[in-house]
Amino acid sequence: MAANVKPVRREAQTFKERLFLPAIIKGLGITFRRIFKKKVTMQFPEERWEVRDEYRGAPVLVKDDENRPKCVACSLCEYVCPPKAIYIVPDEIEDPEHAHVERGPAVFNINMLRCIFCGLCEEACPEEAIFMSKEYALWGATRAELIHDKETLYELGGIRPDPIKKWSNK
Amino acid sequence: MGDLLTTLGSGLPLVGAEVTFWWVMGRIGLVLLLVHVLLIVGALMVWAERRVSAWMQDRLGPNRVGPEGLLQPLADLGKFMFKEDVVPKHTSKWMYMLAPAISLVPAMVTFAVIPFTGSYEPIYGADGQPTGEYITQSWQIADLNIGVLYILAIASLGVYGVTLGGWASNSKYSLLGGVRASAQMISYELSLGLAVVPVVLMVSSLRLGDIIAYQADTVWLLFTQPVAFFIFLVASYAETNRLPFDMPESETELVAGYHTEYSSMKFALFFLAEYTHMIVGAALVVTLFCGGWTFFGLEQLGWIMGVLIFAAKTTFFLFAFIWVRWTLPRFRYDQLMALGWAWFLPIALLNIVLTGGALAFDQDWVLYILPVALIAAAVIAAWFKYRRDLDNDVPKLERAPQLVGVAGSGGEER
Ligand code: SF4
Ligand code: SF4
Repeated sequence: MAANVKPVRREAQTFKERLFLPAIIKGLGITFRRIFKKKVTMQFPEERWEVRDEYRGAPVLVKDDENRPKCVACSLCEYVCPPKAIYIVPDEIEDPEHAHVERGPAVFNINMLRCIFCGLCEEACPEEAIFMSKEYALWGATRAELIHDKETLYELGGIRPDPIKKWSNK
Repeated sequence: MGDLLTTLGSGLPLVGAEVTFWWVMGRIGLVLLLVHVLLIVGALMVWAERRVSAWMQDRLGPNRVGPEGLLQPLADLGKFMFKEDVVPKHTSKWMYMLAPAISLVPAMVTFAVIPFTGSYEPIYGADGQPTGEYITQSWQIADLNIGVLYILAIASLGVYGVTLGGWASNSKYSLLGGVRASAQMISYELSLGLAVVPVVLMVSSLRLGDIIAYQADTVWLLFTQPVAFFIFLVASYAETNRLPFDMPESETELVAGYHTEYSSMKFALFFLAEYTHMIVGAALVVTLFCGGWTFFGLEQLGWIMGVLIFAAKTTFFLFAFIWVRWTLPRFRYDQLMALGWAWFLPIALLNIVLTGGALAFDQDWVLYILPVALIAAAVIAAWFKYRRDLDNDVPKLERAPQLVGVAGSGGEER
């Protein structure tokens, strides 16, 4: 035990330090000046952090620049998702004009209470249909609200221009 | 509007007014009004404390509820109301229930004698014509001729609430907090009382109205008795259990001190009591040392002006309470006692002796050099103590041996 105790000799206090009052007055001055300093608080809902491009927020589904869903319901993301947060029911796509082209998801749910924001779904997707957005403020009053369904996911994802244009080429 | 206010003002009970039914009703109304004002200002103080402390720490503080967060106290109240009111089994029920009230009531009752405004009344000469001179007439709920004694007697009752609360909670933290509160109160009540004595000597009256009139006629006692002012101010910080003297609470050691076991509205009462004590303390400092509701003739504009002046001065000292709290760290317990007994008490006594002597032998010049002399005496005493400590190489001057972590000291030595 003795080896752990090391007496630290410090300079004895000067008389001025001993009086305390000068230090107290100085301290009062410092705190008073602080009142008028710029504040660092961020007013959260109105002001938000600018997150970096590589930030992994909520996973979302995107549409291409012709406003068509890209997901083909291959279920790779569902398969790769570590906490099994994704639930997909594949089906024929609703748009009859392109019905021959691909299929699409009838149900696409991501349970945000389970998602660990790992980004594996984005990496696994062969169609570049699912992306990690920058949305970090997720909230809901009930658990059900935090299960993002297809509409929510497309709404959050919006349109992401894509040079491949697989719809027109096929 | 002006007429109505004047009527209301002159309806305020003055000295010598005949005791009639309406006079009594007026007083009761005044009491109710002041109690509410105290409660509201107390609530605002909670808001101010949070905002100002936030500003001092480069934050913003509560600013969401209402304009600038002013309605935050209401939201807090709602929260307190709906919290579960836990009364632990091991407490002594009656005392436990009573303690918050005991600590709040004395603070409010003290305010009864503090003049919050006043009027100017012309002095009539023998021929019935105004002489051009005026007497200041302070307005308060009760115009006691022993006002200062009343305050000293009542204000210190507040500590019973704290001590009883600590004792009744039957928990070690609460008990320690309560014990500390009483010890601290005894030490500082003394200096507080002694600091007022020179004021009373100079005014030769215990009535607060007279003290204000004296200051309006001459100068504020702050300038003639700065040492007494300083001791009174610091002692009132100790009385209100505010940092740097918040030993009864000291969150770092005692969880929350005397109110550890309290929850819901009972805790809120303790909380409110602390702020009410602060308001009364600030009002007292203003009354005794800073001219009360007078401000170099500005108060002659009318009694509303007096209220405003009084409010402004009190606000300043309330701000000082917050300011000091968020600047200074807490004193150690022995430092607290040493400051009270070894420094404030002798200086206050010396102050009384010198002031009293000067007045008794009509040596006015003593009063002029008094502050300088007292400060010099204190500094010289501090110097001698410092030299002695150095000579004896008192280890207190250095910090205590520190535990220094040694790499990989997982307890092999043990
Ligand atoms: S980010 Fe990870 S956890 Fe979240 S949905 Fe995608 S694969 Fe699943
Ligand atoms: S998002 Fe991509 S990986 Fe997931 S089902 Fe749709 S196409 Fe397949």
